[in-house]
Amino acid sequence: MLGFESRVATRFLREGRMQTLLIIVGVAAGVAVVAYISALITGLQRNTIEKTLGAQAHVTLSPLDDVVLTARAPAGAGTSELVQTQPRAQRPRSIGNWELLVPLLEAMPEVAAVSPMVSAAGLAVRGEASKAIALMGVDLDRYDRIVSLRSKVVDGTARLGPGEGIIGRELAEDLGVRVGDRVGIVTGGVSDSLRVTALVDLGVRELNRRTVIVPLRTAQSLVGLPGGATGLDLTLVDIWSAQTVADDLAARWPYKAESWQQANAQLVAALNAQSVSTAVIRGVVLIVVVLGIASVLVVSVVQKQREIGILRAMGATQGQVLRIFLLQGAIVGALGSALGVLLAVVLIWAFTSFVLGSDGLPLFNITLEPALALRVAAIATVCGVLAAVAPARRAAKLDPAQAIRI
Amino acid sequence: MSAPAAATPTGPLIELEDIRKSYNLGLPNEAEVLHGLSFSVGRGEFAALIGPSGSGKSTLLNIVGLLERMTAGSYRIEGEEVNGLDDGALTLRRRTTLGFVFQFHHLLPAFSALENVTLPALMREGRVTPAQRERARAVLAAVGLVDAMGKRPGELSGGMQQRVAIARALVLEPPLVLADEPTGNLDTVSSDEVFTLMRRMHAELNTSFLVVTHDPRLAARCDRVLELVDGRLVHDGAPAGAADPVARG
Repeated sequence: MLGFESRVATRFLREGRMQTLLIIVGVAAGVAVVAYISALITGLQRNTIEKTLGAQAHVTLSPLDDVVLTARAPAGAGTSELVQTQPRAQRPRSIGNWELLVPLLEAMPEVAAVSPMVSAAGLAVRGEASKAIALMGVDLDRYDRIVSLRSKVVDGTARLGPGEGIIGRELAEDLGVRVGDRVGIVTGGVSDSLRVTALVDLGVRELNRRTVIVPLRTAQSLVGLPGGATGLDLTLVDIWSAQTVADDLAARWPYKAESWQQANAQLVAALNAQSVSTAVIRGVVLIVVVLGIASVLVVSVVQKQREIGILRAMGATQGQVLRIFLLQGAIVGALGSALGVLLAVVLIWAFTSFVLGSDGLPLFNITLEPALALRVAAIATVCGVLAAVAPARRAAKLDPAQAIRI
Repeated sequence: MSAPAAATPTGPLIELEDIRKSYNLGLPNEAEVLHGLSFSVGRGEFAALIGPSGSGKSTLLNIVGLLERMTAGSYRIEGEEVNGLDDGALTLRRRTTLGFVFQFHHLLPAFSALENVTLPALMREGRVTPAQRERARAVLAAVGLVDAMGKRPGELSGGMQQRVAIARALVLEPPLVLADEPTGNLDTVSSDEVFTLMRRMHAELNTSFLVVTHDPRLAARCDRVLELVDGRLVHDGAPAGAADPVARG
């Protein structure tokens, strides 16, 4: 199939060696830029999201806010009544029936893990030092499935027995605490003391400076919510379904459901802007690639007018001539893509080898996924064919008698 | 029981009737270059088309070769009217019925001599069978190019290139070969060689030839001469010196 067309197409390309080489290198450069930028941005975004969600649930369920309800008779006709309502202070409240809710949530196919939590603000005290903290009472095994807490331990062993706690690395430094030391915890009028079993690095310095993780029961008694949970943390199978799941939960039950996107609206906006910029760059590069291939093939059609005329005189159909040039576009696109993907792999290797952070490790991991490489190569090849359409049509429409006379 | 003999087509190979060709139709500078030509070429004929420059020879050859459309008239190939056929049908006709030899050889420079000769088969079937390759070798050998089969046109002399072009035109044994001043670009010796070769292939394959030439010496070696002057056929008959059949071979 296409034996004649492919033979002539490859010979035409081989004949215009330098021209062919230049355009293949041009396509390769374009493909390399697209593949490299795509991999870089994907890696950067994945890294950012991983760091953000490393210490955060995908969806958080919490009780609805306390609101002040006003029950007043409507003002009489012709009378306006101005009412100022002072919003209520939000006290720690438990999610009603959370223990029944957990298995229902776990049964949802989108949900990978559920973890109850009691959170409150407080102070960590050691000697004369005291630091504001975010107290989190959790079931360690469940919470580990939400934020992979055990993998974030930098010192000690994650354990949450009665009277034990895990604290952030920076908080430990601020308080001068090491694994095994005791720290006082004060919330409202209640205080307790816990032994530090592990220090964790949650990936964000500010979180490390505030985080104190204690057993659920300890937090319940510190906050004054026996048997309660101020929130339920959910990890999802697909992080990008968080908003849909949150909306769904909020519609089904009388709780507040917040997705990680809502909690990090600025981050999501930045990621979106980044994606749009990348798409624009990719689009422009692909347009340049298409124009490059098209211009070379237009020149080739002019150079090969006589040969086209001979082929037509010998009985080549318009379709055969059309396919000869379309194939040239496809071949240039495919070879350029293969070379471009190799070039992208080299660029990525250079980035991960030479662009290092202060710790001597790559700033973040970027890899060229085979699927991405294939997609970029396929798009470039299709672009090659599309770029060849106009020159190919022109070649096919050449008047053979006139072409031979040239 | 013996197999029935293959039917031999009867009647002329091509028949042209009142052929007219105008350029710039409908414009103020409209010009008719062929004014109602009528003639036919039979199977196995070797005819020359002569005439001064600008007499319309190449235009007529292009019309006969289905490379240009006539403005008016009737043109039948093997009895089929081709006026009005679409481009695809004309291309198919060209592929199956006609072989071309041009003045400037017009070989594909990126292909070797052998590949140029196998091109028609490749074009027709998408591949070249071993038998077709052998046939191409045999035709190239017949035109005296045994040692030049692997060479590119750029490595061959003008005469050798024209032999390759003749081999390419004949390899699929079309009923009619159209040659547009095939020796016009060659020196006298090469010119004689090429013409002699065409006559020999004509004799061996019984292919019809219509040869445009400026050279009266070569025209005299044809069986029949059609002379065109200002787009009109002014002579159709035996060439001068036709009494000397030795001179034609």
